[in-house]
Amino acid sequence: MEDMSEYPLELSGDNVPMVRFMNVTKSYGELVVLDKLDLDIAAGEMVTVIGPSGSGKTTVLRMLMTLETINGGVICVDGQPLTHMPKGGVLVPADARHLRKIRASIGMCFQHFNLFPHMTALQNCMEGPVQVLGLSKQAARERSEELLDLVGMIDKKDQHPSRLSGGQQQRVAIARALAMRPKVMLFDEVTSALDPEVIGEVTNVIRKLVSEHNLTMLMVTHQMGFARDISDRICFFFGGRIEEQGPPDELFANPQRDRTRQFLSAVKEAV
Amino acid sequence: MSYWEFLQTYGVRILDGTAVTGIQFLFASAVAIAVALIAGLGKLSSNLLIRSIAITYIEIFRGTSLLVQLYWIFFVLPLFGITLPKFAAGFLSVGMNVGAYGAELVRGAIQSVPKGQWEAALALNMSPAQRMRRVILPQAFLLMLPPWGNLIIELLKGTALVSLISVADLMFQSKQINASTYLSAQSFGTALIVYYILARFLVTPFMRWLERVMARRLGRG
Amino acid sequence: MSFNWRWDFTFEILPRLLWATLNTLMAAGVGYAIAVVLGLVLALAQRTGFRPLTQLAREFVEFIRSTPLVLQIFFVFYVGPQFGIRLSPWVSGMVAIGLHYSAYLSEVYRGGLESVPKGQWEACTALNMTSRQTYFRVIIPQALPPSLAGMGNYLVGILKDTPMLSVIGVAELMHTANAIGSESYRFLEPYTLVGIIFLAISLPTAGLIRLFEIWVRRKLGMR
Repeated sequence: MEDMSEYPLELSGDNVPMVRFMNVTKSYGELVVLDKLDLDIAAGEMVTVIGPSGSGKTTVLRMLMTLETINGGVICVDGQPLTHMPKGGVLVPADARHLRKIRASIGMCFQHFNLFPHMTALQNCMEGPVQVLGLSKQAARERSEELLDLVGMIDKKDQHPSRLSGGQQQRVAIARALAMRPKVMLFDEVTSALDPEVIGEVTNVIRKLVSEHNLTMLMVTHQMGFARDISDRICFFFGGRIEEQGPPDELFANPQRDRTRQFLSAVKEAV
Repeated sequence: MSYWEFLQTYGVRILDGTAVTGIQFLFASAVAIAVALIAGLGKLSSNLLIRSIAITYIEIFRGTSLLVQLYWIFFVLPLFGITLPKFAAGFLSVGMNVGAYGAELVRGAIQSVPKGQWEAALALNMSPAQRMRRVILPQAFLLMLPPWGNLIIELLKGTALVSLISVADLMFQSKQINASTYLSAQSFGTALIVYYILARFLVTPFMRWLERVMARRLGRG
Repeated sequence: MSFNWRWDFTFEILPRLLWATLNTLMAAGVGYAIAVVLGLVLALAQRTGFRPLTQLAREFVEFIRSTPLVLQIFFVFYVGPQFGIRLSPWVSGMVAIGLHYSAYLSEVYRGGLESVPKGQWEACTALNMTSRQTYFRVIIPQALPPSLAGMGNYLVGILKDTPMLSVIGVAELMHTANAIGSESYRFLEPYTLVGIIFLAISLPTAGLIRLFEIWVRRKLGMR
């Protein structure tokens, strides 16, 4: 058992990061996916995680969304511990109620969209605000229509997902996540399942979010050019740890580590 | 006696029996659906006690015969102080029996809803109950409708056994007519045809219609 | 409450019930053997190009599957004598239950055959195989594994339906329990024992069938 008394009950001070991974470990049996990860993401920052498959980059997002449990360490969101809660002066693993409270700050978009097939685009967006936030139908509808307009899907709001293209579905999924007014947005390979010609319509929506909204974002992607354009910082993951990180221009133009160089040149060749 | 005369003489009794079969069918279906939902969800519960109860019920009712269950409920349960009128014992037995098979359909359908749907519902911060009710069950319902169509036919056929505890259903009436007339081909043949019509031209089209309606409601029409 | 389980009575009737269990197993075995063969005939009849035969087999299967087995048992048993043909309870029972399950098994076979991709047939044509070679060397080995689960389920199914044979006096388990009940006016022990015996047979059988399925898949190199 890890000694939880080393961790603060909450983060305080002037520069509290929006997200903080402290010493986070994740393993499946013998296989260590993430090894003592430390990562801070400031409020309003756009961080992109890149790396070869199996490097643990998607796991970072899934742990933050509480889709995966962690085996060691603590994750904090907006100063509050997410995976743990204070009890008797120390942190103990969070119960369902605590998870639900803190999870409200986080939204996520998935590789395969995961829209609810039995609801229209609008119903998909209204579902969370009405059922979880307890908004009135009217308020939820206004909010959802505004967001569907933002992602350019307002004219398709009454369509079911099966009638929409992949790019359209992903844009609805982004609106659905935003409708919950999260402080942190997670994008997990949101363009990987898309046909090349529609990738742009999704990346353009994310660009717009970056330039017009002050959201904290964490993204996993294989679109290196896109990552370079919009990120404040790039983290290169390798073997369950951050091999190298820095501003995109530096990391792409002048990687310091051999593994980063190898990965970037391999990616370049593939394109 | 021509078949036409046979029908003129005994048609009313056959119709009476058909009505009783219809009522048994409806009640047993309601029991089966309710029990299947409860036991199917129970088998997926994280609570060991609930899961054990659900599994025990499913295995006992699938591992023995409907006829054995019917006799047990009608003849043995009274010894435990639970005396059911034969009509209720009939549809309860049939419903409980089919419900055990239905529970497996419910469980299977819930488990075959893609994992991404659970994850998306969690990402929207829904409670476990909301996830099940708003996201998973509506999709599972569509997935399990086709196999339920077959199961409901089995249920209709199962109701014929209630005649053996003297519920005056279609089967019972045809047996009575046969006993008093020895016109076996006419009495049993007519009953066979009526069951066939009920199954093929009433129940099956209804289930197909339900599948279409649900598919359309879920945007797959 | 008059609930009292009598162990002496239990041990008195147990041998009789176990003997009757042999009859139950025999009825299930014979019925299943008929169903397996007749089911294949019905499935193949639906694959011939001869439309009237295909249609007839199809309608027969639909009719059998939409009507209650217990009624079919009565029909076979009582209709014969009306036309001067007397069948014993055993023979009528086996005919009825075998016919009933042949309809279900034909659907299992049909599903298995349909699960073999069209490309396999085309590959056989391309290799200039005869239809006999096509069926026995290529199609049936692939159709078998997906059919096994269904075949196994109906083996257990037929076993659980044998109590219906008691209605025409086949001396299987249920019939014996009824007899004991009417002789002694005790229903608790005989009916409960029948339930336990059925569980004791059907649960392990279902398990064995799963193992057999896995074994066949391995044997054929399909996992």
